[in-house]
Amino acid sequence: MSFNLSEYHRGKQEEFRHFSRVVVAPEADRRNKEGLFPRDVLNKMAERGYLGLPFPEEWGGAGEDFLSYILFIEEVSRSCASTGGIVSVHTSVGTYPIYYFGTPSQKNAFLYHLASGKYLGAFALTEEQAGSDPAALRTTAIRKGDYYYLNGSKTFITSGGEADLYVVFANVDPSLRKRGITSFIMEKNTSGFKPGKSEKKMGLLSSPTTELILEDACIPASNRLGEEGEGLKIALSLLEGGRIGIGAQALGIAGVALDTVIDLAPGILKNYGAALAELYTRLEGAKLLVYRAASLKNQNQACRKEASMAKMAATDLAVQVAQRAIDFAGYLAAGEKTILERLFRDAKVTQIYEGTNQIQRAVIARELLSN
Amino acid sequence: MNFKLNEEQEMMRKMIREFAENEVAPGAAERDENEEFSREIFDKLAELEVTGLPFPEEYGGADSDYVSYAIAVEELSRVDASVGTVLSAHISLASWPIYQYGNEEQKQKFLKPLCLGEKLGAFGLTEEGAGSDAAAQKTTARREGNEYVLNGSKIFITNAGDAEIYIVVAVTDPEKKAKGISAFIVEKDTPGFSFGKKEKKMGIRSSPTLELIFDECRIPADNLLGQEGEGLKIALSVLDGGRNGIAAQAVGIAQGALDAAADYARQREQFGQPIANFQAVSFMLADAATQIEASRLLTYQAAFLESEGLPYSKASAMAKLYAAEAAMEITTNAVQIFGGYGYTKEYPVERYMRDAKITQIYEGTSEVQKLVVSRHLLKG
Repeated sequence: MSFNLSEYHRGKQEEFRHFSRVVVAPEADRRNKEGLFPRDVLNKMAERGYLGLPFPEEWGGAGEDFLSYILFIEEVSRSCASTGGIVSVHTSVGTYPIYYFGTPSQKNAFLYHLASGKYLGAFALTEEQAGSDPAALRTTAIRKGDYYYLNGSKTFITSGGEADLYVVFANVDPSLRKRGITSFIMEKNTSGFKPGKSEKKMGLLSSPTTELILEDACIPASNRLGEEGEGLKIALSLLEGGRIGIGAQALGIAGVALDTVIDLAPGILKNYGAALAELYTRLEGAKLLVYRAASLKNQNQACRKEASMAKMAATDLAVQVAQRAIDFAGYLAAGEKTILERLFRDAKVTQIYEGTNQIQRAVIARELLSN
Repeated sequence: MNFKLNEEQEMMRKMIREFAENEVAPGAAERDENEEFSREIFDKLAELEVTGLPFPEEYGGADSDYVSYAIAVEELSRVDASVGTVLSAHISLASWPIYQYGNEEQKQKFLKPLCLGEKLGAFGLTEEGAGSDAAAQKTTARREGNEYVLNGSKIFITNAGDAEIYIVVAVTDPEKKAKGISAFIVEKDTPGFSFGKKEKKMGIRSSPTLELIFDECRIPADNLLGQEGEGLKIALSVLDGGRNGIAAQAVGIAQGALDAAADYARQREQFGQPIANFQAVSFMLADAATQIEASRLLTYQAAFLESEGLPYSKASAMAKLYAAEAAMEITTNAVQIFGGYGYTKEYPVERYMRDAKITQIYEGTSEVQKLVVSRHLLKG
């Protein structure tokens, strides 16, 4: 038992923090203001193996563990939550499904490129009427010979239009309802696929969120991930990793918001010391929940409840902290130079995506009441 | 980083939980009602070698770590917070300072019987005018030959009356103010040492809380703990560790309340279904479970740091602040889930709610914990 980061992980944290400061932070404000995708930053991550941190080296990954990956998301999000979100989606739900469920030839064709960062991954589950209830998705996949033809549309897709590879969910037989849901690996140049409208959002402005439009999108049958009907199971199996990733993103937002307040106005501790102490305390609690869930996942242990607790506690805190930080900093927060207003806008979505915090509560309560 | 408890710690939880459920829980409500301290339970804890848990075997301890200690307090408090208080005061407040600052003779004479559970310990710091401001001590200790003569009184002293060994803080040199305060070991039945009124409390009612009165009370100079002038330093360092015991107590109270509320929510039917089916209820349970997990992790983290010999003052202040605030909210919501029944003594949740309140107050109020944490923030 050890409640401290090991020396190794502390070293990684230092390395990631340095990278985040030197590579992610400098242009983050501009990218967010202008709505620019952080392509250069992602390329630099790829050079260092950061886009495949938790995957084995034989598949192009960095061979690090899940906790290192979580520390990376946290540190990147301290400089730019949009970029942290993009990496989290790429890794947790863009790459992991192929690592977990891909056939050897799918791994050969895709995993190596994803883990090495040559490809950026995305995940397309949500539809207009299928949010918290993913089983209600309506996109269909009809098999004809060696191809599946997908029809429908996906909404709120992170990295839509920018990603090279999408894990897409569709129903092969709507009469089977959720047992018909199947997942596919879809390349960006697939005929019949195009990104739809890009959402105008309150935050995460450097991370594009688009619709995906599928009109007879033609996907080779060899790109089906898992068996027909296994889609929902695959999607649900990714939730823990995704949620812990968003928890880490929220830790980054909350941590940097508090640190920024103290940097901006060190004298603030005199008047707001008690309030800041309470928030730092809650941040430490959330951090332990996130790291604990990550370390369980590291050991391939069940962590559904723990991941939900981590995501909920960290993201609720991020919103609270980002809001209070503006109160503390007062007029200073209105200035062009602070990232506090960006953090305030960015924080909100963490309570919503990868399962709203209401869904997290339902998950936790179900586990609690079932035993 | 590995949050998994080791085998010894898991065994500790199993053993104490079994003991707590079989031996402590059955009489908890009655002892609470009658404000009745149970020396018998303490004696049984001694048999289980829990009374000297974190201290070396050479002093009669179990040579365990502070995480195991936190687990023991947590599990006892899960069924009866008063017993958690008794053990926490005995170990953190009375035994620990002797272990940390006592000389060999003092350890043999006082720490050993405390660890073995032959004697019960208590800690006298608080005075009427010295609560959060511990330096405002009025009790004096005047040196006369080979003795110190104590005068003054202490209030809100846990285990008082029943304890045999007391750590008492008093002013030895008023001119030096905070640096003129010293700590002493005082035995029960020392002439000039008596007990004042027993407090009537809203919670932890089966843990006695009394006044200590010193009237020309003469104790051997050998009973000075550490050096003259070190008293405040000793007291504050005692509280750093004590806070962790209270954090563990708060975790236990909250867990007891959540367990009771979850059971009830599964069984209680309204509108033709268990109330657990209603999100207004189940989300309260989910929030409680999450806060308890965070409290527990913070508490074990502080205990882990102490066991490793690393600084833990900030960690234990955070743990106590978080856990106490969470316990108050969770126990209040537990009563809410039980509805009218929760407000009665038919169920234990009203006791949990009354017991939770003190965790926000003693061994440093929540406000003082925030002060401690913010001072650490200033240090960077």
